[in-house]
Formats: sequence, C-alpha cells, structure tokens
Amino acid sequence: MGQTGNSSPAIRVESLRKTYRNRAGTVEAARGVSFDVAHGEVFALLGPNGAGKTTTLEILEGSLARDSGTVAVLGLDPGSRADLNRLRKRVGIVLQETAVEPYLTVSEVLRRNAAYYSNPRPIEEVIELVGLTEKAKARVKTLSGGQQRRLDVALGLVGRPELLFLDEPTTGFDPSARRGAWALVHGLTRLGTTIVLTTHYMDEAQALADRVAVIVGGEIVAQGPPDSLAGRDRAATRIRFRLPAGVRREDLPLPATTAADAPEDLRDQLVEIDTDDDVPVLHELTGWALRGGHDLDALTVDRPSLEDVYLSLTGSAATAIPPPGSRQPAATQPSGAAS
Amino acid sequence: MNAAALAVHQVRYEQKSYWRNPASAFFSFAFPILFLVIFATLNASAHLPDLGGISYNQYYVPGIVAFGLMSACYTNLSTTIAIRRDAGILKRLRSTPLPPWAMFAGMVGNSVVVSVILAILVSAVGMLFYGVSAPHGIPALLVALALGAACFCALGVAVSTLIPNADAAPAVVNFVFFPLVFISGTFYPVPKGSVLERIANVFPLVHFTRSVFAPFDPHATGARFASHDLLIVAVWAVAAAIVGVRRFRWEPSRR
Repeated sequence: MGQTGNSSPAIRVESLRKTYRNRAGTVEAARGVSFDVAHGEVFALLGPNGAGKTTTLEILEGSLARDSGTVAVLGLDPGSRADLNRLRKRVGIVLQETAVEPYLTVSEVLRRNAAYYSNPRPIEEVIELVGLTEKAKARVKTLSGGQQRRLDVALGLVGRPELLFLDEPTTGFDPSARRGAWALVHGLTRLGTTIVLTTHYMDEAQALADRVAVIVGGEIVAQGPPDSLAGRDRAATRIRFRLPAGVRREDLPLPATTAADAPEDLRDQLVEIDTDDDVPVLHELTGWALRGGHDLDALTVDRPSLEDVYLSLTGSAATAIPPPGSRQPAATQPSGAAS
Repeated sequence: MNAAALAVHQVRYEQKSYWRNPASAFFSFAFPILFLVIFATLNASAHLPDLGGISYNQYYVPGIVAFGLMSACYTNLSTTIAIRRDAGILKRLRSTPLPPWAMFAGMVGNSVVVSVILAILVSAVGMLFYGVSAPHGIPALLVALALGAACFCALGVAVSTLIPNADAAPAVVNFVFFPLVFISGTFYPVPKGSVLERIANVFPLVHFTRSVFAPFDPHATGARFASHDLLIVAVWAVAAAIVGVRRFRWEPSRR
C-alpha cells in the first residue's frame, strides 16, 4: 500500500543489518542501523569511507538486499520486487558515480527518461533547474565532470520524485558549483521533496541538512540537527588568542592552556580557555587586557564546529571499520531527538 | 505509454546512440561492407566447382549478409552491454521505472534495424555490381534472418555475462567470433567431411550461413528452407537466451 500522508515518516529504518562476505573475511557494513526521515526533510548521512553510508543508501534504493531489519520507504519495502517497482516511479536516485549514455545530448537523455514517468517535469524546466540551459544540445561526452554530475541530478529529478537520494552529489565540484547545488536542494525542499544525501563536506551538511546521522563502522554513533549534534550547542566555548608580548601564561588572569593544534609559527604562543560561562570570562579577560594595555591578537570565540564534532566522533575509526568492541560509542543522542 | 510505443521509443534513442558512436558504426556496420567490396572484387571471376560451378560471389554475398547480421547482433550487443554495465549505465537505468524487457527491446530492435539495412545494402550491391542473382524463396530468407537475429542477439547477451570489464570486451567478443567465422564458410565453403567442418557444425554460425545461402542457391529448388540448419540455430537461440537471462547482471562485480 502506498503511504503519502505526513502521519508516518517518509523513511523508517529499524535494526538494519548487512554483512558482506569476501575472500578477506566478512565485513559488517550495517550493524543495527535505525533512523527516521520525516516528509519534506533533508537528511544527511555522514561518515568515513567504508563506514556504511552507501550500503545503507543502496538498501533504501532497492539495489542491495538487506540481511535483516525493517525498512519502509514511502510506506513501501524496497526489498520486495512489487513494492520496488512502485517505488521507482516515486523516487529519484543519483548514484555516487555518474553514468549516462555518452552519445546522446542533454535534452535527448532527459526526454528519453521523462517518458518513463506518468507526470514528468518539463525537460526545459529541469535543465534550467540544474543550470545546463546552454548545454542542452551538447552531447554528454563533451560535458565537464561537474556538468555531467548536474545532468545526473536532472535525471533524478525529471520524474518529479517525492523522495530524492543523492549519494555524494557535489564531490568534485568547484566552490561556486557547490553553492549552485545547494541552492537547487533548497529549491527542491520548498517544493516539498524529501531528500536523503551522503556527503564528506561538513559545511554542506551544515548548510543543507535538517538532521544528520554519523555512521562509523556500520553503526550510527550520533544523530540530530547539525547545530546540536552530540551536544555541540551545549559544549564549552573556546576562547583563543595569542599571548601578548612579554606576558607569560602564568600572568594571565585566568587559567589557560597551550593550544595543541597551533600552527608551527605560533607554537607556545596560542593559548585557549574552555569555559561554560563565556560572558563573564570574556569580560574578565578583556578588562585585564584594557587595564594592562595588552593586545589580544588572533582572538576567537568559538563553539566546536560540525567538523570538530564529526572528527571527534569518527576520529578513532578514520580507517574504515574497526574490529568489533574496539570502539567506545561516543555521545549518542536518543534517535528520536529530532527538531 | 503502451508497450509497443515504449519499445519504439527505446529503439529511437538506441539508433541515435549507435550511429553517433564511431566504434560501433565502424566495426559492426562498415566492416561487413568493407569485406564485401574487397573480396567480391578480388574474386569477381572465380567459380566454385564444389557448388555446381556457381560464381564465387553468388556464394560470398549471402555469406556477408549473414556476417553483417552476426556483427550487428552478436558483436554489437555483447560489446554494448559490457561497456554499459562497466560504466554503471545499466545500474542507473535500473533505478528508473523502465521495465527490463523494454530496455532489451530497445537494444535488440536497434540490432535488427542495423541488420535489415545491412542485408538490403549488401544484397543490392551484390546484385548491381557483382552479378549476383536475386534470391528465390523470400519467405525462407526472412525466416532465416529472423531466427538468426534471435540466436545472435541471445548469444550477444549471454557472452556479455562472460566479459569481466569494458577493456576486455573486444578481446572476449572476437576471440570466439572470428575463428568461428573463418571455419564456418562465411568467406569460402568449408570442404565437406573435413575436421574443420565437423568442429564448425557444432556452432550456429555455419548453419545460419547455409540457411541464408539456400535462397540464393541457383541450383536449389522448392521453398529453400534449410530445415536442419534452421533447427540448430533455433536450439542455440533458446540455450543462449536461457544462459543470458539467468546470468545477466546490472552491475559490474567489484565487491
């Protein structure tokens, strides 16, 4: 049965498991993955290479069979052949690798695929949406990598999907092309399209996603809105500055530590103060500096960025999948902690 | 879109792709024409005593009609599928609502269109420039061509499943094809009872070539159906179709 109402989520994944067997042994690509995606939401899957992002996505798309667990996409089961045939009409898929017939033109490929859907978008509209109007009559093989990628996105959009999967949609884009892709995603969400994407760029997740989930070693280690992922919004404020000339660390009015990740030329000069009471601490620090006539060069007041949180969540597991039991689960938010 | 319209839709775009791709247009279309002109010119005055003294070209032109169909169906389809699988194009297409039968209909239809053009062109050149007499028993010729198209398209799909990646495609495809073409009487009749003939008899190429030659054979009589040969082609068609359907994969095997 189709499910289009907003009462149930667009995607529900519960205890999803998938193990690959190859010559080297077995690889558990998904070890009990659970998450929901609401209708109209932009949901981002983050994680190192080999963490299980694409495996999870391919199971949702129906191109890979799961070992166990429950998966409902628009109320349908992508693991069932009959449901998958219905899903293909309602879901747009942009795979990680671009693959389009090289000898057709942009508008020919789109016109060909538009005929597969009952209510396609007009192809001129799709071409404009992805910014390929000037290349409409160009053969696919003459397009640049970024332009082919945009054509790939256009093919995902031409059937007017309710749900769009984007597997690393902007990898290899230059900064302005990425901004263009982001604007496109924002435009689609205004039209009500639900979007599930994977990305390696934290600024992309920050800019696009309503919620993110971080997958490490086949498990979700944190999920939530990017602004509050893993308690990021409640984390200590970090105040950093360069020690003023002639001042030692011990002379400061507050205890400060040397920044461990300072660049070579600032080694031992860049100090930091982590605090939960940023306003009084800043007041004391700047008051001290004013009274003593000190400059606070390179002063920054920051909370951990999404990237900082991501790196601390994935840090120990930066190389694919760790052996079972070797990793402590990092601060995990309850999976229902959505906005 | 109904089934017939969808199939025509697919064939149209396959045709565009085919004629714009220099590799496919050259190897499966220009190659047979080139063979026709070179050997028909070289042997313009030769005769074949074993076949009742008919001119060499009366035998050779139907052989090239058969050869053209085999390249347009077998060579073209197996290479195209292997390349598209390797490039991820098949997987991409599988994610759309296009039914698999319609995708195959497009590719097979494309091969049939190319085969028909080649058959007409080769026969016309043979009759106009090389003194070949027109075929008798057009129904027999059409049945032979239709069965041959089914057989060599199915073989194209079946062999595509043996090709590990796009780079290996031409090697695998021609490794089986060309040796068989040379011993299957495509260019010159194979001596009856020879070891080569016995090997060739196992495969469908020689039987298909004979069934296309029969309607062109001036000494033959009746409806000119080479029933025994057609039966073997049909058996190969069914076997290849079963293997092709069973082994067909949408994705390259990288995992």
